[in-house]
Amino acid sequence: MCHIAPVPAAPDVVVIGAGVVGAACAWHAARAGLRVTVVDRGPVASGTTGAGEGNILVSDKPAGPELELALLSARLWSDLAAELGGFEHHDKGGLVVAASESAHQNLLDTGLGQQAAGVTATPVAPDDLPGYEPHLAGDLAGGMYYPQDAQVQPMLAAARMLADARGHGGAELRTGVQVTGLLRDGERVVGVDTTSGSIPAAAVVNAAGTWGGQVAELAGVHLPVLPRRGFVLVTEPVPVLVRHKVYAAEYVSDVASADAGLHTSPVVEGTDAGPILIGSSRERVGFDRSMPAEILRTLAAAAVRLFPVLARVNVIRAYRGFRPYCPDHLPVIGPDPRAPGLWHACGHEGAGVCLAAATGHVIAASLAGRSTEVDLVPFRPERFG
Amino acid sequence: MSPPPPTFDFDGQAIPFRPGQSVGAALLAAGIRSWRTTRVGGRPRGMFCGIGVCFDCLVIVDGQPNQRACLVPARAETDVRRQEGSGHGNLS
Repeated sequence: MCHIAPVPAAPDVVVIGAGVVGAACAWHAARAGLRVTVVDRGPVASGTTGAGEGNILVSDKPAGPELELALLSARLWSDLAAELGGFEHHDKGGLVVAASESAHQNLLDTGLGQQAAGVTATPVAPDDLPGYEPHLAGDLAGGMYYPQDAQVQPMLAAARMLADARGHGGAELRTGVQVTGLLRDGERVVGVDTTSGSIPAAAVVNAAGTWGGQVAELAGVHLPVLPRRGFVLVTEPVPVLVRHKVYAAEYVSDVASADAGLHTSPVVEGTDAGPILIGSSRERVGFDRSMPAEILRTLAAAAVRLFPVLARVNVIRAYRGFRPYCPDHLPVIGPDPRAPGLWHACGHEGAGVCLAAATGHVIAASLAGRSTEVDLVPFRPERFG
Repeated sequence: MSPPPPTFDFDGQAIPFRPGQSVGAALLAAGIRSWRTTRVGGRPRGMFCGIGVCFDCLVIVDGQPNQRACLVPARAETDVRRQEGSGHGNLS
């Protein structure tokens, strides 16, 4: 007796990458009625999605195209949480605090620009900070509260979107399958070659995150996506000590820096399960997976500076990840005119979870030939020359 | 006649131990099977893997919560307490 496997119909779209961005692209594309196959060389959320904190932030983005995308994304994440749920979405709000008067002034100036762009930003006087965070250090110069900031558990979010796209949208998920090349018809990209055979498709979406530049290379096009390493400390579970996402005003300038050297600024937030997550560090050291104790110590000390109570809480583990970094700190989103049939949805740096929902939304619209809700020109793949 | 074995204090109860024994082993030998509650459901927990892997046998040792009873060596001066939930209830 022999088994004859049914030959699956060719998908309309192959999405490369089962991280949160690929999952969102697949979910929205399936919603738009497209047949989708998602491939990833590892398991779901095995890259940068599984190495972050799950932030949906408008607070750390000055007015501009990325903020516009983040505002759309924050709305879409709320909608998705109501419709799908199961990924610990919290409208917890963000609290940015300044230790010095000059940092406080920068915070207020940034807030003005953000308010003009549609962000709700409320200045918080030093005396009012304990009302937001009772355990915060008592000697801060002031803060800014951002109610639109939210948090998700990113691995759950990716898994939930993929499961839903499979269940209701008929999408297919193939993990442990590595893309080794792109199928071409003339200059058109018409599918992928993989370690498990070829998959023809009308369109291919590069959602390979920090490895997006390597996928682009398979198409013979250049995308300067570089890894920017970051560490997260995980504490033992504690009662609710930190209510919002709390971070120092210096974080915003660290994010925007082009320097390859080490930058750290404290970012502290609680989780549903009890542990507190502590970031953040940024440095360009390639894909070096070592964990220098010095950096972990710096992060812990900075968190204790913001929340002295944490001196009595143990860190139980730490993890590291590689943010997909582009020189202009903007993601790469949209069709690539240099390789028709290839779309990019990568290079989101530390904002991949935040921007995933909007990225999936605009990619699905673009694939379907509809106009997108935000202008994709600032994110165009060919902008690097 | 041999001297009585050393003991450590467990919530006011003297627990005998042999030199080199872990806190968890001594508690089990004294007939105590549970010394903490879970964070969400308040369920009883004690020794499970016994080799430091599963983190089920957490206990407060000398004021430090989340110590693994199976790994902490018993000493006469050790102060051992039952742990409720995260053991950090006093922080909030």
